[in-house]
Amino acid sequence: MVMDETTLSAEKLLAQYRMMALIRRTEEQLARSHQMGLVPGPCHTYVGEEAIATGVCANLRDDDVVFSTHRGHGHALAKGVSPRAVAAELFGKATGCSQGRGGSMHLFAPEIGLMGTSGIVGPSILQGAGAGYSFKLLGADQVSVAFFGDGAVSNGAFHEGLNLAAIWDLPVIFVCEDNMYATEVAFRDATRVQDVAERASVSYDMVAVCVDGNDVLAVHKASEVAVARARAGEGPSLIECKTYRTRPHAEGMRDGGYRTDEEMAAWKQRDPIASYGAWLTENGHASEGDLEAIEAEIRATVDDAIEFARSSPFPDPASASDFIFSEQV
Amino acid sequence: MREITYTEAAREALAEQMAVDPSIFVVGEGIGERGGNFNTTLGLYEKYGPMRLRDTPIVERGFVGMCAGAAMTGTRPVVDFMFIDFILDSMGELLNQISKIQYMSSGRIKMPIVLRGCIGIGGAAATHHSGSYYPLFVHIPGFRVALPSTPYDAKGLLKTALTGDDPVLFLEHKLLLNRRGPVPEEEYKLPFGQAAVAREGSDATVVALAVMAPKVLAVCDELAKEGIDIEVIDPRTLAPLDMGTILESLRKTGRLLIADETFGPCGIGAEISAQVMEQSFDDLDAPIARLNGVHTPTPYSPSLESAIIPDNAAIATAIRDLVAE
Repeated sequence: MVMDETTLSAEKLLAQYRMMALIRRTEEQLARSHQMGLVPGPCHTYVGEEAIATGVCANLRDDDVVFSTHRGHGHALAKGVSPRAVAAELFGKATGCSQGRGGSMHLFAPEIGLMGTSGIVGPSILQGAGAGYSFKLLGADQVSVAFFGDGAVSNGAFHEGLNLAAIWDLPVIFVCEDNMYATEVAFRDATRVQDVAERASVSYDMVAVCVDGNDVLAVHKASEVAVARARAGEGPSLIECKTYRTRPHAEGMRDGGYRTDEEMAAWKQRDPIASYGAWLTENGHASEGDLEAIEAEIRATVDDAIEFARSSPFPDPASASDFIFSEQV
Repeated sequence: MREITYTEAAREALAEQMAVDPSIFVVGEGIGERGGNFNTTLGLYEKYGPMRLRDTPIVERGFVGMCAGAAMTGTRPVVDFMFIDFILDSMGELLNQISKIQYMSSGRIKMPIVLRGCIGIGGAAATHHSGSYYPLFVHIPGFRVALPSTPYDAKGLLKTALTGDDPVLFLEHKLLLNRRGPVPEEEYKLPFGQAAVAREGSDATVVALAVMAPKVLAVCDELAKEGIDIEVIDPRTLAPLDMGTILESLRKTGRLLIADETFGPCGIGAEISAQVMEQSFDDLDAPIARLNGVHTPTPYSPSLESAIIPDNAAIATAIRDLVAE
C-alpha cells in the first residue's frame, strides 16, 4: 500500500487511526448485537470503508454539516456522535441520537452537524447542495458534505444535485463511496461510465478527483483541498473513493452469488486499518505498543457503549407521534 | 378598506416577509427577472437579486431536495412550482424527506419550507396543468395544507406559512388569482386550522373548498330568494382541518354538503364525512352529501372540461336535494 506523503502531526495521524478503529469495533459489536437480537431493525455496517468517513470528517468543524446514507454509522461516529448515542439508537432506546425514532438508517445529531443518515439513495446529494445554498445565502463559511455510494450515481438526484451545486458555486463536497455494488448489483453492470470523477468533471465542470478509499491519508488530503476550496467560496468538488465493504449489505442477509471469494480476499488484504497501522509503525509515527493501547482503549469505549445501549430505557409509547410538527395547532 | 387581487395579496405577504427575513429565498422556473408565470414574484428580483429569487433548471426533484437541505440549515425556501402538477416529480423528496425529517430527528431539525403552486381546472389547460392533489398531502403526516379562496386569506395564510417552522403546501386556484377583495394594510396573520364562516344560514351547511367557495356563495344568494338559507364554511386550511367550526354549524343546520372541485374517492369530503359520523352522528338530519368533479384526468376541449366540474346549476341542485331530504 502506498501512502501519500503527509505533513500531519503525530497526534492527528494517531487520531485517524483511533477513529477508524472506533468505527470498526463499534460496527463489529453492533453486528454481534444484531445477531443476538438486540438490534431490532436493519443494520448496514461500514466495515472496510472506515478510511473515507475518517479522512473526510477530520477536515470538518462541528458547524459543518454531513448528509449521509443507509451505511452511515461511520459518518456519524467520525462527525463526533458518541458510540453510546449510536448504539442506543440502533437498540431503539430513548437515549439514542434520534431518541429511538430513527434507528440505523436515520441517525441525527444536528447540534454537531450530522444532518441524517437515510433509507433512500440519492437525497443526501440534494440536501447537501441545499445546505451549501444556505451557507452561501447567509454568508457563512461553513461547508456541506454529501456522502453517497456508487448506487446513487445513475440516480437523478446525483445529476440534478451536482448540476445545481456547480451552476451556483455552492460550498459542497460530494463524496462518492464506490464499493462496487449497489446492494448486490455490480457497478460494472449499472453504467457505461464507472469513472464517477469523470462524470462530475466532464458533465458538470466540477473539480473532481479519484482516490484510494482505503487510504485514509489520500482521502484526508483530497478532502482537505475540497473543504478549503468550498470554504473559500470556490465552489463544489467531488471526491470518488474506491473501496469495498467486507460484510454483507446488511447484517443477516445472504451474501453469496454476486461477488467472489477471491475478490473478497484481495480486498481484505487491503484493509484500511491494518495497512495504515503498518504504515504508522514503519514510518516511526507510532509503536506497536501505541496501537495496542489505542485498541484497548477503543474496546473499553465500545463495551461501555453497548452496555449503555442495553441498559437504557425504551422510549415512552405515549410519545410515538411527538415531533411531527414544530408547532402544534 | 382597499381591495386588491388574490395574487397581489399573496405577493404582498411574500414581499413583506422577504423584507424582514433575509433567510427567505424563492426558487422556481421564471420567478427571477420575469417575476413568475403567475406574477407571484413580480418586482422582487430587482430588490433582492438572484440568490433570493433563484431561477432554476426544470428539475423539480432536484430543487425540492435541495430546498429540504436548505430548510434544515437555517434558511426558508419558498418553492414556486407555477402549476402544482409539477410537484409530482418531487414526491420522494416531499413524502420521504420533507414531511419526516422533523420527526426522525426528534424535533431537533426544523423544516420551514413553503411549497406553492396553482391548482385547479380552467382555461383549457388540459391534464398536466389542471391538477389539485391536496388530498395526497393531507393524508401524509407532516404537512400543513393551506387552500385560500380570498385575497384576505391568501395574504394572512402565506404570512403564517412564512413565519412558521413546518412544511406548508400553499395552493392557489387559477380561477381565483384575479379575484378582488378587501385586504387591510396593517400587519396581520391568519392562524392555520381556523375555518371561515363565509355565510351564515340555518337550513344546511355547505363546506366549500377553494374555487367552490365563491361559486357556492353566489348560488346561495340565488337560493336565498327562494327562502333557502345556507351556511357556507371555507376551511381555509385542510391540514390542520377545523372540524370544530363544521360540527358547530351542523348542530344548527343538521344537514351537510361538501363541495370540492377535485376527486371524491379518498378525498376531503370523505374525510369530513367520516369525522362527522364519528363525532356528531346524532346531529345529522339527512345523509351527508358530496359534490365533486368527475373522477377523471382533465380533458382539454372546453365542452369536455366544463362537463367534469360542478357548475352553479349542479351546486343548486345538490343544495336543494339536501334541504329536501
